[in-house]
Amino acid sequence: MANGTIAAVPQTAEVNFYNVRTKHKGILSWLLTIDHKRIGIMYLFAVVFFFLVAMTIGVFMRLEMLTPGETFMKPQTYNSLFTLHGVIMIFLFIIPAVPAVFGNFFLPIQLGAQDVQFPKLNLLSWYLYVIGAVLALTSLFSGGGIMDTGWTFYVPYSIRTTTNVSLSVFAAFVLGFATILTGLNFITTIHRLRCPGMTWFRMPLFAWALYATSWIQVLATPVIGITLILIILERAFGIGIFDPALGGDPLLYQHMFWIYSHPAVYIMILPAMGVVSEIIPTFSKKTIFGYVPIAISSLAIALVGYLVWGHHMFSSGISDTSRVIFSLLTFFVALPSGIKIFNWVATLYKGSIEVTAPMLYVLLFIFIFSIGGLTGLVLGALNTDLHLTDTYFVVAHFHYVMFGGMGIIFFAALHYWFPKMFGKMYNEKVAKTAAVWIGIGFNMLYFPMFIMGYLGMPRRYYDYLPEFQKYHVFATVGSWVLVSGIIIMYINLAIALKRGKKAPDNPWGGTTLEWKTSSPPIMENFKEIPTVTTGPYDHSITESQEVKK
Amino acid sequence: MRPNIVDQVDQTFWLIMGISIILLALITVVMIYFVYKYNRKRHPVAENIEGNTTLEIVWTIIPVILVLIMFFVSWAGFKNMRDVPKDAMVVSVTGQMWKWTFEYDNKKKSDTLFLPANTNVKFDIKSIDVNHSFYLPAFRTKEDAIPGRVNHYWIRTNEPEVYYAACAEYCGLNHSYMYAPVIVIPEKKFIEWKNYTPPDTTKSVTPVKTDSLKTDTLKTGAVNSLNKDTLKTGSVKTDTIKPNSVKQDTLKSK
Repeated sequence: MANGTIAAVPQTAEVNFYNVRTKHKGILSWLLTIDHKRIGIMYLFAVVFFFLVAMTIGVFMRLEMLTPGETFMKPQTYNSLFTLHGVIMIFLFIIPAVPAVFGNFFLPIQLGAQDVQFPKLNLLSWYLYVIGAVLALTSLFSGGGIMDTGWTFYVPYSIRTTTNVSLSVFAAFVLGFATILTGLNFITTIHRLRCPGMTWFRMPLFAWALYATSWIQVLATPVIGITLILIILERAFGIGIFDPALGGDPLLYQHMFWIYSHPAVYIMILPAMGVVSEIIPTFSKKTIFGYVPIAISSLAIALVGYLVWGHHMFSSGISDTSRVIFSLLTFFVALPSGIKIFNWVATLYKGSIEVTAPMLYVLLFIFIFSIGGLTGLVLGALNTDLHLTDTYFVVAHFHYVMFGGMGIIFFAALHYWFPKMFGKMYNEKVAKTAAVWIGIGFNMLYFPMFIMGYLGMPRRYYDYLPEFQKYHVFATVGSWVLVSGIIIMYINLAIALKRGKKAPDNPWGGTTLEWKTSSPPIMENFKEIPTVTTGPYDHSITESQEVKK
Repeated sequence: MRPNIVDQVDQTFWLIMGISIILLALITVVMIYFVYKYNRKRHPVAENIEGNTTLEIVWTIIPVILVLIMFFVSWAGFKNMRDVPKDAMVVSVTGQMWKWTFEYDNKKKSDTLFLPANTNVKFDIKSIDVNHSFYLPAFRTKEDAIPGRVNHYWIRTNEPEVYYAACAEYCGLNHSYMYAPVIVIPEKKFIEWKNYTPPDTTKSVTPVKTDSLKTDTLKTGAVNSLNKDTLKTGSVKTDTIKPNSVKQDTLKSK
């Protein structure tokens, strides 16, 4: 950690939050901190760790898929690995990544506040996250072996299998509380702690995105909590909520699971969209095109996103009427995302565009996320979905949306805010090279899966028919390209952390409030509470300042 | 004559894909053009444009129209899929870990799905343990097998051909081996087969000619990789999993 790498500085108001004298010393100054920036940094390291773990698992899965039949692991191992890959990626990486890391660090600063509304609750959220993670890791080495249910924990299989399901879903239950409390904190912060002049429609779009996300976190996460507890009770006592022999229904589980997990898809993607709305204006040197439509579309996505869970269940035997309604609503939830993409592209029009590493990631995102979104249409359509659901087409679709959306934007945010968070600059050339590798590898890895899915290759298959091998080989090679890109990216950032050049306060010419404080920010974020008089992306002011330089 | 389900699914797929590809091309080309044209070197001073209400309305209305077209086309296809013809022959499909059992109206059971050519067939899909999904890629449809309920769909068979059914809902250890051969034979032969009771009722051994198998999975629906033995026994590649690698104890006995 960057803590202590800078020589001791006299204790003044200028001292950044890493070096400020706190009540506790050393590691305790981190573990007992209630500073939103330190908590954000702690989340960052945890989240990157789990990303790398799940990525490694993914690489092993792809390696197993290289040849039909056994390549180097048994089916039980493979089934556990895809479960772990999904659970870790979703609960320990995708959901917390952008809100808990960048939201924690930058939301208060962007609002001109000194911290979140409930700093101690914020630390508690981090501890719940860590406890959840430790429980999840413990479940790997205890009980009846590594869980093999898939990340969806569908009953009755999750009730019948002897693997360690109970502890794993309990871990997810605990992680849920971290999410709920973070959401609660952000909502209150946005309502209560905006600095003077920061009206709702002068908030940065990242704050809007977090606002929409937080409401989903608070309202939807309790549903998965209850559902997961019911699995544990069902396994321990056979209470029969999901067992038809006892008057229960396995479909009830699927409803409950997706009532949370579909909105959760927007917990994953909305914050990323917020980051995009920050990065594009900065590197186009102009205000965002269509501020209000973008802000409102976040809320629209959050709202309509609640009403489309049934499209995960089109083949499960729910009534034909409900399928038609869910399909129609699903088509409508695609619209706000489309509107955002059009507005982002329009922002580029007549801008003064500089393609830096974060911007390159964002351009990559627009391309990849568009593919992900558009391939969602055939899955929302009723008759084509019955062919494509539960095949590799779905696997490709959600990797384009989740990894291509959230994952790529996590990388973009990391590069965009790295100078601010650590006060160091990274090697721009290497960062861009990594982005290109990631772009090529990503498409090589996931695009063949669309074709396989259309040709009828079901997902979660340990073995496959030989005619699919050429696509699997291509995808596996793609996974190597992708991973090498990711490794180059992280090594570049690690080197920057150690011996990067000192970052200026505003390396990109950004206009939001985080660029108006030092890099890294001081403990209280600002020397004096700022007053806002314009919208968030008013570049006319910054430009005149730059002319003076 | 009702429209063919397979054609309808493919047409819907390519209609939506066609529109999607055009949209993707537009977005990508315009984006790259802007990044090139308004690059800081060529265009050092940005023009501040806050938005354009007309454009916002245009790019809201056009997608609304497009998705409504997609919705209605797919709904029409779906209605056809769900509206089972009255003359359809009913086959009961039971999924269990990890095989399919097919039962005909005369109580004949088989683990290979024999079907008469050019016939409407309705499947009643059940499960006796965990969730499965009865997927016929060649017929572009699937429906889950869920304990405690009976799901259904129907297909129309074509000329004699060999296909496969796969399990598409994850069901544990041997999920990826839960195939069943689907063999369409002339109606006369089918009736003969249905009414024939082999001496050992647990096995239905019916040799099938395999030289007619084609390689293109989707066009013909046939699979070249199911070998002769497979078709005879009805169990696909059971030999790839050695008996000792199958952990019986992974599942609690009920």
